Amino acid sequence: MITRRNLLKTSSAAGFTLAASGLAAPAIAQGAKIRLGYVSPQSGPLAAFSEADQYILNGFANSEVGANFEVIVKDSQSNPNRAADVAGELIVDDEIDMMLVASTPETTNPVTTTCEAEEVPCISTVAPWQPWFIGQQGNPGDPSSWERFYYSYHFFWGLEDIIGVFTAMWNQLDTNKSVGALYPNDGDGNAWGDPVVGFPPVLADQGYTLSDPGRYQNLTDDFSAQINAFKQSNVEIVTGVPIPPDFTTFWTQAKQQGFTPKAASIGKAILFPQAVEALGDTGHNLSSEVWWSPSHPFNSSLTGESSADLAGGFTAATGRQWTQPIGFVHALFEMAADVMGRVTDSGDADAVAEAIAASQLESIVGRIAFDGAGLPPFAAANVAKTPLVGGQWRLRDGGGYDLVIVDNSSAPNIPTGGAMEEIS
Amino acid sequence: MIWVDTVVQGVLLGGLYALFAAGLSLVFGIMRLVNLAHGDLIVMAAYLILVLVTVLGLPPFLAAAVAAPVMFGIGWVLQKYLLNRTLGSDILPPLLVTFGLSIALQNALLEGFSADSQRLPTGAISTSSLEIGALNIGVLPLLTFASAIAVIIGLNQLFYRTSLGRAFRATSDDPVTASLMGIKPGHVFATATAIAMLVVTLAALYLGMRANFDPNIGPARLIYAFQAVIIGGLGSLWGTLAGGVIIGVSQTIGAAINPEWQILAGHVAFLLVLLVRPRGLFPRAVD
Repeated sequence: MITRRNLLKTSSAAGFTLAASGLAAPAIAQGAKIRLGYVSPQSGPLAAFSEADQYILNGFANSEVGANFEVIVKDSQSNPNRAADVAGELIVDDEIDMMLVASTPETTNPVTTTCEAEEVPCISTVAPWQPWFIGQQGNPGDPSSWERFYYSYHFFWGLEDIIGVFTAMWNQLDTNKSVGALYPNDGDGNAWGDPVVGFPPVLADQGYTLSDPGRYQNLTDDFSAQINAFKQSNVEIVTGVPIPPDFTTFWTQAKQQGFTPKAASIGKAILFPQAVEALGDTGHNLSSEVWWSPSHPFNSSLTGESSADLAGGFTAATGRQWTQPIGFVHALFEMAADVMGRVTDSGDADAVAEAIAASQLESIVGRIAFDGAGLPPFAAANVAKTPLVGGQWRLRDGGGYDLVIVDNSSAPNIPTGGAMEEIS
Repeated sequence: MIWVDTVVQGVLLGGLYALFAAGLSLVFGIMRLVNLAHGDLIVMAAYLILVLVTVLGLPPFLAAAVAAPVMFGIGWVLQKYLLNRTLGSDILPPLLVTFGLSIALQNALLEGFSADSQRLPTGAISTSSLEIGALNIGVLPLLTFASAIAVIIGLNQLFYRTSLGRAFRATSDDPVTASLMGIKPGHVFATATAIAMLVVTLAALYLGMRANFDPNIGPARLIYAFQAVIIGGLGSLWGTLAGGVIIGVSQTIGAAINPEWQILAGHVAFLLVLLVRPRGLFPRAVD
């Protein structure tokens, strides 16, 4: 846990004594900084996930522990092929000791796969664990063929958590339990609508009826078919995982057609405040999953900052509202510092991978430990789950929206800021 | 009743596609220039309107009126100093140049405005609708459709009632003979693209009010516009409207059967029209 002392012992101090003792071992890199590679989508359609990167990187560089690291940052340009390319560059040209990667399976999967093949330790986050773990298997359709990874580790939540959070939010309301689904024909939509691992079996168990008109293409301009289907089944709850422009089209058209559900719990599309603001005043009380917020009762193991401090610092530095990836990107660097503080040779990939697997870190996003809690056996070795709660966007006086946590049934230590309200 | 609603929504959607396509149709009809940057120019105009709305506090419609002359100028300069140099017997250079322009525009917008989703602030108009019997017709889609018809009537008047329109048609039919009569094709082309940019501004206004836009959304809009032009037939503006409506209605009917077929149904309708009428429904020019 005491990262600074261990770091001094393992890197600077060791390097210093070696250097002081003359020309004993010039090839040993121990006096040098530990090299971290970091890949994220800084430009392109996924760029909103990375808007806090610079703030987090600056914070890490200025921290006491951060001085022992050199972070080499690469942009995936929101393109999976480019992500794999830059991961290769980081490994081969920059000879990094460890890879960090964040934000969506389009970024995490190609980078993780490259690291696993090159036997470079890799920590990844900000992608539900199913697309990360199952998506990288040779045959995603056959669970018996799935194998664990030896150098790649991932911390985030999974589909089962978001299903639990959404149904808990709906259970707070008095509805007819008729749910309408807006699942696009993409990786997320197919996973959410999957009859085995997705929403349908859980909803059926809990007495909800699901109206799922079918998978539509992204960037559709008309949702009258879905709206008519929802009206016919008296849908009072809408859920789905559309991309932001499609949700705006749907929601606007639904309002035009006089269709207003009591609850709309949407993944992905309304993650960022800018996307909700695009809905004008009609985004009030839309609900979504919350992975991290300034009211999460956790502190950084790097700087001691609380969640509120970190989010406040971002707003002060950039003038922009906090977003959920901030906490997780920060936690990535907490993990790197913690792991490197527990190894004697940062260049020994096997030792580093072992140290990652042994992590027990109280981070700014909660406890990260690869102990298999809440996970099926096949993913237990590589995945650590972080808590997930549910929130609603509330119109603020004078414009803009605030995300208020309204359900914490799966993580009671995270305080709620109110109860679930119906959309009117 | 649902089927009536499906068709009505499809027709209104067709108005949006026709509006996307009208500028493309104009340029394509006069100079056979396939402008692959058309979708990105619409997005650029949407950002221009957004800047006017946020910086000057203008309502979107007024902001579009201010943006229109700017876009007119941009179109004129673009055609006169860039695209005219690519025109010739070879069809490849204009394709390559506009393709490059498309990428350059996307990245410039990304650099300037970030990848955030944006939308023009619309107030109550975006969600209001007229109730006609059991149908709810959104005011904004209705306005979009009405604007598409107005644009096409306007462009037709320009084409067939003015000397500029005569010059357009003459240059389209035979640039060499037209220039013997004292018409400068380069000048005519620049004016045509400038006028197309006025239509682009209007399309941008409705695109921006209807849903989110971001720097990368342009190319997805281009394909429907292009299909509408081809279905309608070269040089026919009413045909472009018909093309837009055909794609819109096929999409909503396809979606009513199964949302998986929504986009596909539009493409299938396009292929069917090409199969039966390879030159489109109402071709004006013979080439």
